[in-house]
Amino acid sequence: MIEAIGVSKRYGETVVVDGVTLRLPRGGVTAIIGPNGAGKSSLLSMIARLLPMSAGQVRVDGLDVARTPGAVLAKRLSILRQDNHLPARLTVRDLVAFGRYPHSGGRPTREDAAHVERALRYLALEGLAERFLDELSGGQRQRAFVAMVLAQDTDYVLLDEPLNSLDMQHAVAMMRLVRRAAEELGKTVVLVLHDLNFASCHADHIVAMRDGRVLMQGSPAAIMTPEAIAAIYDVEATVHEIGGRLIAAYFA
Amino acid sequence: MTAARDPRLVLAVLGALALGSAALFMTWGVNGAWGFALPFRAAKLATMLLVAHAVAVSTVLFQTATGNRILTPAVMGFDQLYVLVQTVLVFALGASAFAGLDRRLLFAGEVAAMIAFSFLLHAALFGGARRSLHLLVLGGVVLGVLFRSLAGFLQRIIDPNEFAFLQDRFFASFNSPHHGLLAIAAAMALAASLLGWRALRRWDVLSLGREVSITLGLDHRREVTRILVMVAMLVSVSTALVGPVTFLGLLVANLAHAVMPSFRHAHLLPAAFLLAVICLAGGQAVLEHGFGFDTSLRVIIDFLGGILFIALLVRGKVR
Repeated sequence: MIEAIGVSKRYGETVVVDGVTLRLPRGGVTAIIGPNGAGKSSLLSMIARLLPMSAGQVRVDGLDVARTPGAVLAKRLSILRQDNHLPARLTVRDLVAFGRYPHSGGRPTREDAAHVERALRYLALEGLAERFLDELSGGQRQRAFVAMVLAQDTDYVLLDEPLNSLDMQHAVAMMRLVRRAAEELGKTVVLVLHDLNFASCHADHIVAMRDGRVLMQGSPAAIMTPEAIAAIYDVEATVHEIGGRLIAAYFA
Repeated sequence: MTAARDPRLVLAVLGALALGSAALFMTWGVNGAWGFALPFRAAKLATMLLVAHAVAVSTVLFQTATGNRILTPAVMGFDQLYVLVQTVLVFALGASAFAGLDRRLLFAGEVAAMIAFSFLLHAALFGGARRSLHLLVLGGVVLGVLFRSLAGFLQRIIDPNEFAFLQDRFFASFNSPHHGLLAIAAAMALAASLLGWRALRRWDVLSLGREVSITLGLDHRREVTRILVMVAMLVSVSTALVGPVTFLGLLVANLAHAVMPSFRHAHLLPAAFLLAVICLAGGQAVLEHGFGFDTSLRVIIDFLGGILFIALLVRGKVR
C-alpha cells in the first residue's frame, strides 16, 4: 500500500501540492488526472523520493520513503519520468539491463539476464535490442524505458505521463501493456494521465487533483460524470456509454 | 546500425598509440648523452602522465555528475580557483612563511580549501531547481574570470619579492614542470583514484541522470559529492604541476566518448587517459623537435579544444 499523509510541496510562496492525504491499495491500475498545474507529477515525484517534500510523509508498504535507503526502495518501487537524459552510447539491451541494477549491483547473474530478456519480449523489443537509443523513434525509446522499469521487477510502478509523445496506436498499446502488467504480473501501477478517456477505459481507480489537492477519487463510473468533469477541468462535457465504456466528449 | 567495435580493441589501439607517443617523446633527437637526456625527459614524461590522468579522470567524472558534455572543471573555473587559493595564501602568510611551510602540508591545505570551495560552487550552481546549461556555462566562465581577476589583483598589490616567488610557482608549464611536487602530486592522484576505485559501476548508473539513478537505488547525492571531492583533488594536482590547462579535458573527454563504443566508465576513463597521454607526450615531442619550441603546447591544445568547445555549443546537440 502507498500512503501519502499530509504531503505538501512549496516553492517559496507558491504551493504546488497542498496537504495531500491518499491511500492507494495494492494491486490494480490507478490513474491520477487533473488540469495542468494540479500537482500530479509533483505528487508522483515525491512518492518516488525524486522530489523532497516540504511537509508530510509517504510510506510504501510501511517504509518511509524519506528515511529508507534508496537501494531498499529500488526493489519495491520504480518510477518513469517523462524526459530522461541518455548517454548516447547505450543500446536498448544496456538500458533494460540497468533495471536489474538494484538486484545485481552491476554484476548481472543468469537470472538477471533472463529478466532482461523477458522485459524485452514483453515490449516486443527483441528486434531492437542491439540498437543505440539515439537511433530510435520517441515511441520506441519510451518502450525501452518501460522495459527497464519492468526489468526492475518492483511491486509498485509509477509512470508519469507515459502516453506523452506516443501516437494513437502506441498509446493504446502502452495502456494495454499497463493492464497486462497489473493483471498478469500483479503490479500496482500508478500513472499520471492527461486523457480522461484513457483513464476511464483502463484504470480501476481514478484520483482527480486540482490546485494541489485531491478533489475527488473513485471508480471510473464515479468520476466520469458531467458534473465531476466540470468540477475538475472547468469544461462542459457529455458522457456516453460506448461499447460498455464511459467516454467523455468535450471537443466541441 | 553502427558497427559494434570491441571496446577492448579500441583500448589496445589507444594504448599502443600512447606508448608510441611516450617512446617518441623519450627518444626523438637525443644527441649523445643518453645518461642525461633520459632521466631529464622521464621526469617530464612522469609529469605528463600525472596531468593526463588528473585532467582526463576529473573531466569525464565531472561530466557524468553534471550530465552534460560541455561543462568541465576547467570551464567552470576550478583551476583558476586553485591559483586564487595559492595567491591568497601567499598574500596572507607572506612568501617567506609560505616557503618555510612543509610542502606536503601546504598542498594538503590547498586541496582542502579547493574541496570546500567546490562544495560552495556546487550548492550555488546546482542547488535548487535545475538550471539551464547555458546559464551554468556563463556562470562558470564569469566565475573563472572573477577568480583570475581576484588573483591578479592580489598579485599586483603584493610585495614584489613575493610576486616573484608566486610567478615562479604559476609559470610552471609542460616544459618546466614543478618536479618538487611530483611525488606529493602522485600520492594525491593515487588517493583520489582509490576513492573512486569501487564506484565505477555506480558511475555508469549515474550517467543515466539524477532521476533514473535514484529510481535504481543509487545514493545520488553521495556519488556526486564523492566525484566533486575527487575532482577538487585532481584539479589541484594538475594545476600545481603545470598550471591551468583550459581545454585539454574537454578535448579528451569528448574524444573518448566519440571513439569508445561503450558507456562504461571502466572503458571511458582509460580511453580518456590514453588520449590525454597521446595529446601531451605526442604533442610535446612534435613541438620540441618539429617546430623547434616556437610555440607552447598549451596554446595548441587550447586552440584545438576551444574550437571543439565552440563546435559543441553551436551544434547544440549536447545536453
